[in-house]
Amino acid sequence: MHLDHSHDGPSAVSADARRPDGSRRALRIGLGGPVGSGKTATVAALCRALRDELSLAVVTNDIYTREDAEFLLREAVLPPERITAVETGACPHTAIRDDISANLEAVEDLEDEVGPLDLILVESGGDNLTATFSKGLVDAQIFVIDVAGGDDIPRKGGPGVTTADLLVVNKTDLAPYVGSDLSRMAADAKAQRAELPVVFQSLRGEPGVRGVAEWVRAQLSAWTA
Amino acid sequence: MSRAALLVLADGRFPAGGHAHSGGAEAAVKAGRITGAASLEDFCRGRLHTAGLVAASLAAAAALGVDAVALDGAADARTPSPALRTAGRKLGRQLMRAARATWPSAELDDLARRFPKGAHQPVVLGVAARAAGLGAVEAAYCAAYESVSGPASATVRLLSLDPFDATAVLARLAPEMDRVADRAVEAGRRVVDDGVDELPAGSGPLLEIGAEVHAAWAVRLFAS
Repeated sequence: MHLDHSHDGPSAVSADARRPDGSRRALRIGLGGPVGSGKTATVAALCRALRDELSLAVVTNDIYTREDAEFLLREAVLPPERITAVETGACPHTAIRDDISANLEAVEDLEDEVGPLDLILVESGGDNLTATFSKGLVDAQIFVIDVAGGDDIPRKGGPGVTTADLLVVNKTDLAPYVGSDLSRMAADAKAQRAELPVVFQSLRGEPGVRGVAEWVRAQLSAWTA
Repeated sequence: MSRAALLVLADGRFPAGGHAHSGGAEAAVKAGRITGAASLEDFCRGRLHTAGLVAASLAAAAALGVDAVALDGAADARTPSPALRTAGRKLGRQLMRAARATWPSAELDDLARRFPKGAHQPVVLGVAARAAGLGAVEAAYCAAYESVSGPASATVRLLSLDPFDATAVLARLAPEMDRVADRAVEAGRRVVDDGVDELPAGSGPLLEIGAEVHAAWAVRLFAS
């Protein structure tokens, strides 16, 4: 027989802003984007930038291994109990959009076990340009693409590029080597996204993840206001 | 009773976590026991008449209002593999969340309070069916169908099997699903009078062994 010691009522069913005990839950930010665009590297850099000022945890959605979770553990960006891997049954976009139950369970268990938390980063498995997070799972989402994937991706658009709360164009240091035109990418992104923000970043040198970290801090201020 | 509610509950797109599980198909594919449509049909038939019958009987009994704690214990006793018990509870917890959001009910809230980390999936399925205004027959059908639809759709992904062939397998098994659902409802009714020992205890040893082997893999597409 299981007894529920930590809650006044049964656990929440959806994205309620309050936990069953009445406290405000952590802000949840999703990171999605194509395979190899730098989602895990961005999560690692964000953890390093924010871990001294915020109580943080990460959920990874690997497609068929625990590789992303293990990378974060190896890099020791957070203590191991703050990193959880969700298995997605060959469909990473299903687990973040159509059937979010396993991910909701992971974020709630993290809050129960290592909370209170200010921020939970939910990293999607690498997917395609149509993958977006359900509003039932995250409060805001970052879509990560990179210059080496082709400078026509912002022009092609798709739900991730067009609607994500923040678009990150990663690996700008590679642009000269792969023939990508950053100003064209910026203009195309502007055309697709109107006023929604875009950050161009390279994690190979300064200022690294600072632009994304600033955006996350602003989301958190709005969440706790 | 709304019969259409059964379609909502049994829909493969009902967001209760099933998409990440193969029902043992991934282990069977790797071991060479499922190689195409014919062996998928054999696998599904075996699962339907063993784990499927037990699940359908549990669901029918829960839908008839039998105590969930007793049923959950009976499910444990009929699931030798620790990996399968864990997967069953995980899926039960996910179904509980989806059902509570879909058909809010005091019974589901009570179940969530008693099993915060999840009861066995077929038990939750039966209580969810009650909340949806469905009866033991519908709960049993839903469990019987899920016992074969999960492996079939997983095999489409694992073997790149022609999806029409996989669906035809399910259609050929339909008369057997009818019989399993009938037996499950009868068992569920006996449980109401005579307790959980009336539940069938069929089990596929290779499903249990395969689940343990699968849980130890470092690289896999499905959670179970």
